[in-house]
Amino acid sequence: MKRIKSPQELEKLRKEIQAERDPNKSCIAICAGTGCLALGSDKIIAAFKKEIKKQGVDTAVTTIRETGCPGFCEQGPIVVIYPEEICYLRVTVKDVPEILSKTVVNKEVIERLVYKDPASGERIVKDSEIPFYRKQKRYVIGNNINIDPKSLEDYIATGGYAALAKVLNGMSPESVIEEIIKANLRGRGGGGFPAGWKWEATRKAKGEPKYLICNADEGDPGAFMDRALLEGSPHSVLEGMIIGAYAIGCGQGYIYVRNEYPLAVENATLALEKARSLGLLGDDILGSGFNFDIKINRGGGAFVCGESSALFASIEGRTGEPRAKYVHATDRGLYDKPTDLNNVETWANVPLIINKGADWYRTIGTENSKGTKIFALVGKINNTGLVEVPMGITLREIIYDIGGGIPHGRKFKAVQTGGPSGGCIPEQFLDMTVDFDELAKIGSMMGSGGMIVMDDHNCMVDVARYFLKFLEEESCGKCTPCREGVYQMRMILDKITEGKGTMEDLDTIEWMGQAIIDGSLCALGGTAPNPVLSTLKYFRHEYEAHIKDKKCPAGVCKALITYTIDPEKCTGCDVCARVCPTDAATGKKKEVYTIDQEKCIKCGACIEGCNFDAVIVS
Amino acid sequence: MAEMVTLTIDGRTISAPAGTTILEAAKDANIYIPNLCNNEELTPYGSCRLCMVEITHKGRTRIVAACIYEVVDGLEVNVNTERVLNVRKLVIELLLARNNEHPALRKIADELGVKETRFPVEKKGCILCGQCVRTCREVVGVSAIGFSGRGITRRIAAPFMDFPPDCIACGSCVYVCPVNFIPMREENGVRTIIRFDFPMQQCKKCGKYFAPKKQLEYFSKTTGLPLDHFENCIDCR
Ligand SMILES: Cc1cc2nc3c(=O)[nH]c(=O)nc-3n(C[C@H](O)[C@H](O)[C@H](O)COP(=O)(O)O)c2cc1C
Ligand code: FES
Repeated sequence: MKRIKSPQELEKLRKEIQAERDPNKSCIAICAGTGCLALGSDKIIAAFKKEIKKQGVDTAVTTIRETGCPGFCEQGPIVVIYPEEICYLRVTVKDVPEILSKTVVNKEVIERLVYKDPASGERIVKDSEIPFYRKQKRYVIGNNINIDPKSLEDYIATGGYAALAKVLNGMSPESVIEEIIKANLRGRGGGGFPAGWKWEATRKAKGEPKYLICNADEGDPGAFMDRALLEGSPHSVLEGMIIGAYAIGCGQGYIYVRNEYPLAVENATLALEKARSLGLLGDDILGSGFNFDIKINRGGGAFVCGESSALFASIEGRTGEPRAKYVHATDRGLYDKPTDLNNVETWANVPLIINKGADWYRTIGTENSKGTKIFALVGKINNTGLVEVPMGITLREIIYDIGGGIPHGRKFKAVQTGGPSGGCIPEQFLDMTVDFDELAKIGSMMGSGGMIVMDDHNCMVDVARYFLKFLEEESCGKCTPCREGVYQMRMILDKITEGKGTMEDLDTIEWMGQAIIDGSLCALGGTAPNPVLSTLKYFRHEYEAHIKDKKCPAGVCKALITYTIDPEKCTGCDVCARVCPTDAATGKKKEVYTIDQEKCIKCGACIEGCNFDAVIVS
Repeated sequence: MAEMVTLTIDGRTISAPAGTTILEAAKDANIYIPNLCNNEELTPYGSCRLCMVEITHKGRTRIVAACIYEVVDGLEVNVNTERVLNVRKLVIELLLARNNEHPALRKIADELGVKETRFPVEKKGCILCGQCVRTCREVVGVSAIGFSGRGITRRIAAPFMDFPPDCIACGSCVYVCPVNFIPMREENGVRTIIRFDFPMQQCKKCGKYFAPKKQLEYFSKTTGLPLDHFENCIDCR
């Protein structure tokens, strides 16, 4: 494609691309995101290509689109056939010939591959009608299935860079900022700080040059929305950044992305090249005289490097350690110059706001939290995946309507939001609306959008210990409260899970928790005690059971449980003895087996192995 | 002359030059704020978190490190609020768990009414204030030592944990360490820092061992003067 020199030329190009594309042509969209690739979608793509040749399907009427992640990773690999929008789940290479001959050519639906509602048994053909998708509002991530992230034409055909064209076609930088402030776009990376204010402060700050950064460090374990966006729709992130740069008056941007995201790096790099060659990035963008370029910076993957001052240090080539300072990054950030740092998802919201207007955007969400939020829904939940929901939805709707509830009919216990330093929310708050302020009110936070569901088989002391251990290992070690405090706190939790805790330990934890929050240098330590304090607040009885009764009610903490064999159920099949790594399970065939408590390491192998539910944990 | 600003510390009105930290302003007014990682010769680092104070500015109250926060007009500082004292008590108890003997730490603990740490004492000695690392980098200019490891495994080390190749044996780290953790001794013309030996230069005139050879080489390199210029001790020069 040749360089375009004005917003008008871009619109002309869009019309040309759209005209070439017949909406009635069939298209096989196959998820090629990291999740589905891991499940073998690359082989499915190859099989489709081969099969198209073999069956002699006319490639002029049938195309393949390798897309980004549509979010329903639980059911991957996902294949959607357009224009009928027939959604096939858990597709294997074996299904490919049949899909092509029956569905693509003859428009027949293959029953076994479409979604089956676990409750009603009903088959649902269209992806938009699957309960997982029905309650979502996929304004930001929804385009993933419609485009090949490696294709700039795809992005342009679906309305891409129209927001940039609109901005460069007569909006002043101030009016762009005004629009973002009016939309009340709040940062999606953690703090929820209004993006427009940050832009304005950076614009007004003294000092040149100014920098702008996209934070794609995404260190929260289990979170992958930023990856899915950068990987699946890189141009929407770039478009947001270019608009931001224009509004702020900035010539150089960075994408700070963790090294563990090779596909995101690949797709973003390619997107940058393509945008540059089309004149959407670089010098004289769309003939406007405005210059801006973006570099990709790969981070080593330390969690703390997502923190702003550590991230700056890392880009500058220094150790990724937070700096204690009381000046805003908007005044002195990267290289001590005014810097605006926003999260991937924040940037991806920008084109949407410019295209549809702040007034429209404000209709979604609650009083002080507008728009949607993407969550990574994981844990004890039927439908794991990425869900984009309007702010103000209830936790119950997310967990039960979208997530399909808790597997095996177990009982919901808590949902952890906000990443490792978020809080655990108990059942009594299931009908609470989800937004920045409501989550903070009950001792959790939005964070970057992790959502981990737990059932009655999760021990809350163990859960708190798990997150604390993660934070202990990710602490940079610079300041005393975080380095020593989180470590000592985890040691106390270890003691409690081993049945050696005292009631004074609980007072100590509460006291030191607040002091760590108050005393830490950066927000890692400043939020690290949250998982402990929130579980202590809502699940104190579980802590007390470990201390007073020396019992782990959920049957998790190894020191406090014993494995025995139910003589009623045991058939003497010998499986437990065969799988037991320490020879603790023994017995004579066809008689009741026993477990030697001295030898038992509570690894759970016998439970997994037993076909008669004969192993009792108590 | 720097512009002066007016603030209050514990209710006392104080004026201080703009750009000074709360810790400096307090010191000039004879108000004590405990601190361990701060050193006037070094860039503020803000890592020990003993100097935390509560400030109110423009109606907002929060806790900041006095060694970093720069004074502004109308700032209200409270050195000993309950929240702040809790942070300091936690910090000193945590540091006592690394070193429960050194008088400098004991003194601060006493001031805070802390008799013993409630955490298991591990006697690591070093409290990781980083003054040695920063002195070596900022004052001496060689960066022979740095931090390694993260979180609780953080420690002071030479690159690759080995003999510090850039060390000039000047002993500045030994001198600044607030808890005398870095041992140094001199015997038979050899200076030993921790377990590393550095030969000393003998004065060409009086025969006294007066400085580590590596330090003199470093002087020669940085000043551009020939090495023999440094072969006499100061008394004989
Ligand atoms: C320990 C720590 C880790 C963080 N990790 C991330 C991250 O991975 N991605 C991110 O966008 N923000 C992260 N943040 C928040 C950033 O510091 C910053 O607030 C955010 O990138 C600003 O963008 P936003 O306003 O668009 O959310 C982290 C903060 C802390 C304290
Ligand atoms: S003296 Fe301020 S943090 Fe150490």
